[in-house]
Amino acid sequence: MLHIVNKSPTERNSVESCLAHAKKGSKVLLIEDAVYAATKGGAAEARVRSAMADVTIYALQPDLAARGMADRVIDGVNLVDYGGFVDLVAEQANCQSWL
Amino acid sequence: MSEEMDMEEGGTIKKFMFVNRKAPYGTIYALESLEVVLISAAFEQDVSLAFVDDGVYQLMKGINTDGIEMKSFAKTYRALEGYDIEKLYVDRESMEARGISEDDLIVDVQVVSAAEMADLMNEQDVVLSF
Amino acid sequence: MKFGILVNEGPYQHQASDSAYLFAKAALAKGHEIFRVFFYHDGVNNASRLTVPPADDRHIVNRWAALADEHKLDMVVCIAAAQRRGMMDDNESKRQGKDADNIHPSFRISGLGQLVEAGIQCDRLVVFGD
Repeated sequence: MLHIVNKSPTERNSVESCLAHAKKGSKVLLIEDAVYAATKGGAAEARVRSAMADVTIYALQPDLAARGMADRVIDGVNLVDYGGFVDLVAEQANCQSWL
Repeated sequence: MSEEMDMEEGGTIKKFMFVNRKAPYGTIYALESLEVVLISAAFEQDVSLAFVDDGVYQLMKGINTDGIEMKSFAKTYRALEGYDIEKLYVDRESMEARGISEDDLIVDVQVVSAAEMADLMNEQDVVLSF
Repeated sequence: MKFGILVNEGPYQHQASDSAYLFAKAALAKGHEIFRVFFYHDGVNNASRLTVPPADDRHIVNRWAALADEHKLDMVVCIAAAQRRGMMDDNESKRQGKDADNIHPSFRISGLGQLVEAGIQCDRLVVFGD
C-alpha cells in the first residue's frame, strides 16, 4: 500500500498517525508540507529514521525544492518527481491519503 | 445516480473504506464524508468506516448543536445500519489519547488496535479520506 | 492504468488542486488514462469560470480546463457541495431562480454517485485535499 501524507509533522499528527498505521513493507510518500518530515534536524527526523526499518520513505522533490529544503533530506529518503509519484501509485495495489 | 448506472455497476463489488480523521462541526469534512457514505450504500459495495485521530469525536454521545445553529448529523451514524453499512472501526489508541471509551460513542463499533486498523486499510480497494 | 482523482480543496488556498493537476498531467504523459476528476468539498471552487488570478500566476481553473479539453477528461463537480457554495451551471441556475451561473464549460455538475462510480471503475483513486 502507498500512504500519501501532505501535512507538516509539527502542525498536525498525520505523519505520525500514518507511520503508526503503515504495515511493514508499505511505501510512504511525503508531499506538500509533509516534505518537512523528510528533512534533517526537524522534529520528525528520529521518527522517520526509525520508520525506515519497516517502510520505504519517498519525498516529492519539487515540494522540497519549493520550500528551500532540497539539500537537507535525510539519508535514505527516496526522491521522486510527479512521474515517480504516478509510478508509486501504479505499482502499489492501493493507496491512501492522510489528509 | 441513475438506475441505468446502477445496472452498469452490477457485479463489481469493491472494498471501500472511508477514513475519518477530523472532528465534526469545526470543518465540514465529517458531514460531507457521511454524504458519500450514504450514496455508496446504493452501489452495494463492501463499505467500511474507520475513525482515527480526531475522527473519533464524530461519534460522541450527547452532541447538541442547537447553540451553534448547525444541523447535527450524529444520529446519521445510527441510521447506517439501515443502509447495510455495519463495519465501523474505531482506533483504540485514538480513543485512549482523547479520554474516550466505547461507552461514550453513539453507535456500536468495533474497537481495533493500530495494527488491526493497518490490516483493514491494507486490504481495501478504495480508501477515501476527507 | 485507469486513474480517478478526487480534489477536496479549492484553488490557491491549498496546494491540493495544484498537486492533483501535476499528478494528472504526469499520469497522462506516462500513457495512463484519467477516468474522472471529481471535485468535492471546497474543491468545487476549482470550476469557477469567473476566477481571475494575477496575470503572472498560474490560472488553476483554465489549466484544468485545457488539460481536460486536450485529453477529453471527465471533470465532475459535486452538485450538493457546489450548491452549498454558490456554484452552479446554467441549468441549475435557472432551476433555482438565480440570476447568474459560474461553472466553467469544461466541468459538469453531477451527483456523488459519480465519485463512487469512479472508485469502482478505476484501478486507483487518488485523493488530494487538506
